[in-house]
Amino acid sequence: MMEVSVQTADFEAGVEIAALSAGDDGAGAVASFVGLVRADGAVRAMTLEHYPGMTEQALAAIVAEARQRWQLRRVRVIHRVGRLLPGDRIVFVGVAASHRGDAFAACEFIMDYLKTQAPFWKKEETPEGARWVDARESDDIAARRWGD
Amino acid sequence: MTVNILYFAGLREALGTGAESVELPPDAATVGALRAALGQRHPELLTAKNLRAAVNQQMVGMDAPVADGDEVAFFPPVTGG
Repeated sequence: MMEVSVQTADFEAGVEIAALSAGDDGAGAVASFVGLVRADGAVRAMTLEHYPGMTEQALAAIVAEARQRWQLRRVRVIHRVGRLLPGDRIVFVGVAASHRGDAFAACEFIMDYLKTQAPFWKKEETPEGARWVDARESDDIAARRWGD
Repeated sequence: MTVNILYFAGLREALGTGAESVELPPDAATVGALRAALGQRHPELLTAKNLRAAVNQQMVGMDAPVADGDEVAFFPPVTGG
């Protein structure tokens, strides 16, 4: 199974979650996260740009780092690019493990690192025009709490 | 010595280009020195806040070395997820 996908197409979280443990009876836990485009004030839509080639490598490196830290089984990361509307799914992270502690922690770790290490950029459309989203310090703090 | 430069997101729009190939000045052996050299034509590179860089698709600091044929990217802090 492919671990990392960058795609314009939507995904079905239920299908992805089921695939994480299908045929693997050693999996005792699956934790997952779905990120959505939030209806935020005047934002009508957003476009996600990325760095083809580097994006896939960066996501794979984040998954590899998670595998160093926790005992994981299957892992799946999907990140959408292109133009998305409020309510649309942006990102899926799913982690299967033997035990829930590893699955919960790795899922959160992958999201925190993705936010600061994977080369994606959001541009919001508002009635006043388009604007690039500024990086948030809270995302840096969230990533740093995992240490080196 | 030629390097391929890529720009992304707001920086790409500010510069009006997403890619260029440049002759590396002999004294520009690091990402930071390359940034300074390119900044003579693209002042936005010098004024950009928290500019990030990658060499051959790996995120690096401004002190990272640059060699002939490298792909060097400059971009704002990432905002995915």
